[in-house]
Amino acid sequence: MSEGWTDWLSYRPSDFLMFSPRIYWRLFESLNLAFWPLQAGIVLAGLAWLGWVWRDGGTPGRSAARSALSALALGWALTGWAFLWHRLAPIHWLAGYIAPLFLLQAAALLALAVHGAVQGHHDRLRRVAGLALLLWALLLHPLLAGLSGRPWTQAEFGGLAADPTVIATLGLLLLLRGPRGPMRALWALPLAWCMLSAATLWTMGSAQGWVPCAVLLLAGLAARRGRHAAFAEGGPRGHGRAW
Amino acid sequence: MHREPLPPRACAFTRREVLGQAVAGLTLPWFGSGQAGAQATAPLTRRIPSSGEALPVVGLGSWITFNVGGDEAARAACVEVVRAFFAEGGRMIDSSPMYGSSQPTIGFALAQIGRPAALFSAEKVWVGDGARGPAQMEASRAYWGVSRFDLMQVHNLLAWQEHLPRLFDMKAAGRLRYVGITTSEGRRHAEIEHVMRSQPIDFVQLSYNLLDREAEQRLLPLAQQRGIAVIVNRPFREGALLRQLARHRLPGWAAEIDCEHWAQVALKFVVSHPAVTCAIPATSQVAHLRQNMAAARGPLPDAALRSRMARDVAAL
Repeated sequence: MSEGWTDWLSYRPSDFLMFSPRIYWRLFESLNLAFWPLQAGIVLAGLAWLGWVWRDGGTPGRSAARSALSALALGWALTGWAFLWHRLAPIHWLAGYIAPLFLLQAAALLALAVHGAVQGHHDRLRRVAGLALLLWALLLHPLLAGLSGRPWTQAEFGGLAADPTVIATLGLLLLLRGPRGPMRALWALPLAWCMLSAATLWTMGSAQGWVPCAVLLLAGLAARRGRHAAFAEGGPRGHGRAW
Repeated sequence: MHREPLPPRACAFTRREVLGQAVAGLTLPWFGSGQAGAQATAPLTRRIPSSGEALPVVGLGSWITFNVGGDEAARAACVEVVRAFFAEGGRMIDSSPMYGSSQPTIGFALAQIGRPAALFSAEKVWVGDGARGPAQMEASRAYWGVSRFDLMQVHNLLAWQEHLPRLFDMKAAGRLRYVGITTSEGRRHAEIEHVMRSQPIDFVQLSYNLLDREAEQRLLPLAQQRGIAVIVNRPFREGALLRQLARHRLPGWAAEIDCEHWAQVALKFVVSHPAVTCAIPATSQVAHLRQNMAAARGPLPDAALRSRMARDVAAL
């Protein structure tokens, strides 16, 4: 094995953690101060959307799907700009490269909302998992700061902080089916972010690292189950090969 | 290019010499403005072999601790750390473009405290494309707000073949005072050794502490032989060593070298190696900074005690 490879293999996750946990968590405090009371609006809008879907039997119709995709597109853009670019990138050079990817994801979500034919997924288990992730992102994830002993002002809200935005997106993707290629592409960045976030949080010594791990597991299993269910029923319906 | 080894006198660092320097320090003017915690004696110094210039044996690192972004409260705390550092007689501050916002934080702190003349600025060039080195160094200089850096090091040997000739030219033109290379956590020691043998560098920076002692085998003796100053990074293993030691009481021998905290034990072990010029612990707290700087005062362990320190700590 060359010295270059052994050199790289000698690195640990902690070698890439270039900020202290205290500074990291305070980023959310800064974010919340800058955007208050948008957080309340996000939670209320999210609950209203979930009520809409609940009323429709737990399966989002086309309008509900497109409105949620549009809202999440806005959330990804805001997270990429306000959190990754303006707050995280100054203390973590990698965030400067990830921020444009968040904007790309926002554009892709918006494109699907405007042009894509999306509708609710027919698999019940997948829908339950999706709704659970959405509820977590909307209501429970913001509580982690206080429950972990950090100030409540450091709560992470979807649409502003990356983790709940990503979790909400995975939840929505579980709820929906649509064109296979675009739908698959939309999974890539959220899954990658979950892995990066888990590694960061574990390296920081935060038990919150369990959250992205559990989300990865749940979303992965539910998506796989949904695909099997689709094929068991004679293949995906709708526009070509749905995913 | 080769450098003649300096006579042993320039490199050696005996206990008698240490105590002599400590006593001599009593005659030096006070640093700072008499804040609580300021010391009456100047810190122990060691000479840079290539010039004879004296440097305090404890400097200030900035990895993680000064990377505070736009957090104003944290940035204000860093200003106080830098202020206390100079009040305690410190000189060398080390940073890198890799350290996020550490460079602008240092520049802000230096501006706030009036740009102390004692500053010894140690920076790094960290870019794989050698052609981009000058722009990166200029950006770093602007962040710090200095007219030139005292020391520019090639970070982790990245593209050293391209950077070093330029750094030597800059030194010859008076745009730098010293040139160095760095590594950390025991990586690429064979290549570091090659550069130390083949290039006329003034400084080498490497990791060395009570538990990570590989540098004792070849690099530290080679630095002495070649007359290269040694900066030690990660003397506390990024704090992990101190967290591990905090569970144990200080051994009886700590009192022999005037140590009241494990941090001082760890630093005195590092800076008492005759090849070491200075250690650069990083901190974001003034109290810890003062503990660290206290390690630059009082007696240092001799060879026998150093062996015992390493043995006892490894057994904990």
